[in-house]
Amino acid sequence: MPMPDWLRIRREEELASGDEKLWDKCPSCGEMLYRKDLEANLWVCTRCGHHFRMHAYDRINSLVDGDFVEIGTEILPGDPLGWVDKRPYPQKLETDREKSKLSEAVVTGFGTLDGFPIALGVMDFSFRGGTMGTVVGDRIAHLLEEARRRHLPTIVFTASGGARMEEGMLALMQMAKTTQAVDRFMQDGNLYVTVLTDPTTGGVSASFAFQSDIVIAEARAAIGFAGRRVIEQTIRQKLPENFQTAEFLLEKGHVDMVVPRPAIRETLIRLLDYAVDRKRIAPALKAVPEFAL
Amino acid sequence: MNLIVEREKSIVALEDRIAALRARDAAGTSEEVRLLEGKYAELQEDLFGHLTPWERVHMARHPKRPISSDYIAAFDEFDELHGDRHFRDDPALVGGFAKIRGRRVMVLAQQKGRDTKENIRRNFGLVSPEGYRKAKRLMELASRFELPIVTLVDTQGADPGIGSEERAQSEAIASCLTTLSRVRVPVVATIVGEGGSGGALALALADRVIMPQHSIYSVASPEGCAAILWGDASRADEAAARLRLTSDDLLAFGIVDEVVPEPLGGAQREPEAFIRKIVDAIEAALRRLESVPPDVLRERRYDKYRRIGAWESDSRDSVAVVVP
Repeated sequence: MPMPDWLRIRREEELASGDEKLWDKCPSCGEMLYRKDLEANLWVCTRCGHHFRMHAYDRINSLVDGDFVEIGTEILPGDPLGWVDKRPYPQKLETDREKSKLSEAVVTGFGTLDGFPIALGVMDFSFRGGTMGTVVGDRIAHLLEEARRRHLPTIVFTASGGARMEEGMLALMQMAKTTQAVDRFMQDGNLYVTVLTDPTTGGVSASFAFQSDIVIAEARAAIGFAGRRVIEQTIRQKLPENFQTAEFLLEKGHVDMVVPRPAIRETLIRLLDYAVDRKRIAPALKAVPEFAL
Repeated sequence: MNLIVEREKSIVALEDRIAALRARDAAGTSEEVRLLEGKYAELQEDLFGHLTPWERVHMARHPKRPISSDYIAAFDEFDELHGDRHFRDDPALVGGFAKIRGRRVMVLAQQKGRDTKENIRRNFGLVSPEGYRKAKRLMELASRFELPIVTLVDTQGADPGIGSEERAQSEAIASCLTTLSRVRVPVVATIVGEGGSGGALALALADRVIMPQHSIYSVASPEGCAAILWGDASRADEAAARLRLTSDDLLAFGIVDEVVPEPLGGAQREPEAFIRKIVDAIEAALRRLESVPPDVLRERRYDKYRRIGAWESDSRDSVAVVVP
């Protein structure tokens, strides 16, 4: 599959910054992995199966058929509280923009998945720990509103440390905003699927992550409400190794399935095929590939 | 140690002296009484007139501050309904039918304890998944029978224990939020003490949010925020100063709709009168909302939260702006 233009442009930006690495060490088994092999294997260790955290654009590229039309890029962060600790909040944002090549912690847009037109949101932990501030909330709500108008099935990949402290209560209110947008979308009979990736916690976990028709957990992901450290401090004892893992949640009945990353695309296609009547989304299909707003 | 309680101790001696003098001179005409009372008023103003955010946190956690049960006791009637029908009854979340000045409502409240023993039973107001599931069940009941929902928020956050994680705390909170966004009846929330994180918001996605002047409402407890950002919960005072968690801040952000002033020194100084003021505010909100058609109510609720921290397409510079 040729590299789509949107991704090629991203890649060139990345190359220009000169941070392209050749080798990565697996934090789980210690194996040195050739970057190209790791990329080809969707950032899953070829030796032990450890799932590296994946860049939002790599994730999108691994899913959509060809083009991806990004929306919500005009929704950008401000500094509503005038937050300063070690550094002012706008400086932290700037650092994360450079480091992650992202304008915020979620990328939203439209594409097709095996011919199914879908709305897709992908969070990225490398931007402020995937925390939800006003921009994440607004982009998610915007995505669901646009998807609702088009009757598009919506898939959201979550990765989040919770609410963004530097935006205070405005961040917390995004839980209300996203929950409402999801519910409105679902009440209209549209399919909403979430894929919980490592880590999914706090305000994201307790709003749009667990509201979906089908909750998929990526293999080995840490998922929960309270962070592991908070719980350990509260109960003053060490937690079992598998606590709050995807596999633990499956056993407890919180998620529909646990899927290793290389099988996620196929799984989503199968789910769309069961749940979505292609005739119903025919009007949206006609709009492909431009997804005119 | 509560900072406000410590300050109160510093004026007890003066209060006692005034009381003793008053006992002898009920009219308060003597020079000494007038002098002392003048000094007392000055001291009060010094001690409580200008509280920092961290002092406000202590005020919100004052051991004598009115708690949910005090407000419920001021309603005309209350009949508690228990349990989530699945696992257990969560004593940190109290719910049931009530009448407020003749109006039938459903009350949902986070309940702290008045003493250590009750606090342990109530889990310090930290609600578990079964508490949120009870709340959700009662919200749906209220919606079916057209009873407005009145919530009283007082929690540092949702319970962070092993059992709560095993029973899907995230899903329980998300369900409460979904249900509140769906109900076809007015929702009036009051942040009676402290509101912390998603555990508080689960009861506060509301058409009208009332906040006593010295309550706090925050994305995380100051201790939690300091631990998350700096790995040091003892820097909670610094976190409090930055989080903008006071009633003035939240009114300006449009996150709360109404601030009810407290007597100098806090609501616990004149609890009965203050509770009456809050009940007045709840009643007024219910009266205003009762005539709004359900579809309009839900539409307005959606728009209210949609606008908080929303991007405005017509703004020139690239910043997310707050629309109050």
